[in-house]
Amino acid sequence: MAWWRSLTNKKLFWPLFALAVLLIFNLFFTPHFFRMEMKEGHLYGNVIDILKNGAPIMLLAIGLTLVIATKGIDISVGSVVAISAGVVAMLIGGDLQGHPKYPILMAMGAAILVSILAGMWNGMLVSRVRMQPIIATLILFVAGRGIAMVTTNAMVVWLYAKPFALLGQGYILGLPFSIYIVLILVLLTALVTRMTALGLFIEAVGINPTASRFAGINAKNILFGVYAFSGFCAGISGLVVCSTVMSADGNNAGLGYEMDAILAVVIGGTSMNGGKFYLLGSIVGALIVQTLTTTIYAFNIPPEISKVVKALVVWAVCLLQSSSFRSMIAGAFGKKELSA
Amino acid sequence: MKKKLSIDPRNFSSLVTLALFVLMFGAGSVSFPGFLSVQNFLNLFIDNAYLIIIAVGMTLVIISGGIDLSVGSMLALSTIVSSSLLEKSHWSPVFVIPFVLLIGVTLGLFMGYLIQTFNLPPFIVTLAGLYLARGLCYVVSLFTIAINNAFWQSAAHAQINLIGNNFISPSVLIAIVILLAGMFISRYTKFGRTIYAIGGNEQSAILMGLPVARTKILLYAFSGFCSALAGIVFSFYTLSGYALDGQGMELDTIASVVIGGTLLTGGVGSVLGTLFGVFVYGTIQVLIVFQGTLNSWWTRIAIGFLVFVFCLLQRLFDSNRGGRSKKVAAPQPGGAPAHG
Repeated sequence: MAWWRSLTNKKLFWPLFALAVLLIFNLFFTPHFFRMEMKEGHLYGNVIDILKNGAPIMLLAIGLTLVIATKGIDISVGSVVAISAGVVAMLIGGDLQGHPKYPILMAMGAAILVSILAGMWNGMLVSRVRMQPIIATLILFVAGRGIAMVTTNAMVVWLYAKPFALLGQGYILGLPFSIYIVLILVLLTALVTRMTALGLFIEAVGINPTASRFAGINAKNILFGVYAFSGFCAGISGLVVCSTVMSADGNNAGLGYEMDAILAVVIGGTSMNGGKFYLLGSIVGALIVQTLTTTIYAFNIPPEISKVVKALVVWAVCLLQSSSFRSMIAGAFGKKELSA
Repeated sequence: MKKKLSIDPRNFSSLVTLALFVLMFGAGSVSFPGFLSVQNFLNLFIDNAYLIIIAVGMTLVIISGGIDLSVGSMLALSTIVSSSLLEKSHWSPVFVIPFVLLIGVTLGLFMGYLIQTFNLPPFIVTLAGLYLARGLCYVVSLFTIAINNAFWQSAAHAQINLIGNNFISPSVLIAIVILLAGMFISRYTKFGRTIYAIGGNEQSAILMGLPVARTKILLYAFSGFCSALAGIVFSFYTLSGYALDGQGMELDTIASVVIGGTLLTGGVGSVLGTLFGVFVYGTIQVLIVFQGTLNSWWTRIAIGFLVFVFCLLQRLFDSNRGGRSKKVAAPQPGGAPAHG
């Protein structure tokens, strides 16, 4: 059984296993789930849809992975998505001929900048004011929707500037453009955190902020940085969301995304208790969440009800990560403590 | 309240809040004709009866060092279940009200059980609870259900006349009963003192032999009860049930509690202070209505800002006390304070 143990001890094993189970379930119960077609030079099908629709969640999950690794949480990401979408939409403007009010790249830059500022605000509250992360980010979670509504004058702004649609609707080599953004961002993040000591510092802050400070790590700036980075990721995610539907709706853009992203990170193997983080796990986690959503759609269940399922999954995953639950299960089966 | 010459430091921040309320109400009276009236003050009770009820439960949870993010969607669940049972299943209010309260208590009990038994962070458990309850709303109905039930109608329109042409609604009486009950529980019962002890230091509370586990689970049940009751009161107010009711109410509630002088780190706070917090919240809303040109989304932004200011004050207040508070104020990026 040694090979089995070494396989299941791999952190990516369980997320991939869950994804495989979901896909196999769909293979049998959802007709044409794996059917793919080439149309107008790119691929169509459920699997491609999962990649495309999952991209915003994956982007959020990258930033959130680092935040959760510091034993923090950022529930404002969904609202920051709405702010970012609102800013870019207002700057491009709803001109029917598709002439942008300001250059599209400039509008995108401004939206990302505003999102980083939102992240820095969270980071300032957590690292300097030392508020609990849940309260600090709850402020923007609620007030952020207000800011998004004020930005768009409480209206849904429709966009007609063609080039902007590339971000959320374009394809390169048959695959959605947004998935390349995810790939680049996750590679860069992995490089920066794993090839330097930064990743280790982040984990150290998550395990014990006081000890890491004594070890000479500037815990405050690490905390500040991860929240700013989470804001940056939410900003990019907002651009993709806005471009996919070519509109910005302060009320509904990114609504409930924070839950999907947290779910993705936690399913991916990053513990809510801080410490170790797994960027690839979070991406697989986001794929699981999106596959789950797509499956729910395929069964004609109203999408809102998927919240119930997701909430139950969060509770289940949290239980699996809890040591007291593990020892309780281990006790029930008469085994010794399971290895964590 | 006992009369003393010197001000009890525990009441200090409640008094700051009371002063802020008087100041804001005064500013409103100076700026807007017709603002200063007994009825306008009573309207604070009438319009915020549901908030007072939720905030009482939340105050006790926060004093214990926990948090309950599920309150807003529990309120929505309560409005939609009662409207659906009344209008679609034609149940009598005699059964509807206990049934709805039972749902709130059960969900609260379950979340408390998860938090206590498996040592899970309260914010993640109740965040999942937020989505679960919101999803269940959609299971019941995707659309608004208007309530025509005679009892509900009379509860909505009844006016209890006070001296001089002023009145309050029956909901206000319910809110006052809950408020008094909350004050009594927190001040004069063993249960209440245990809550403060848990918030001060959970480990010591356990060592003192206090029933920590039972108290914590019952607390979340109480908060669930308050949210469900608030939902009933809210549906008296709107005479309908809707799945999107109470969005963002978790921040409104936490804001009222924090503004009322309860420390987010637990151990310090009062139910009466929370009432003043609700007054401040209500006055901001009334001021924005009287002002006329700002849209209602500014309320959200203003509340977010006030939470920030009060958290900042708490930190300053905390670091000035030294000694014991140093430990409490140590960085706790875990969201919920991890005592011991």
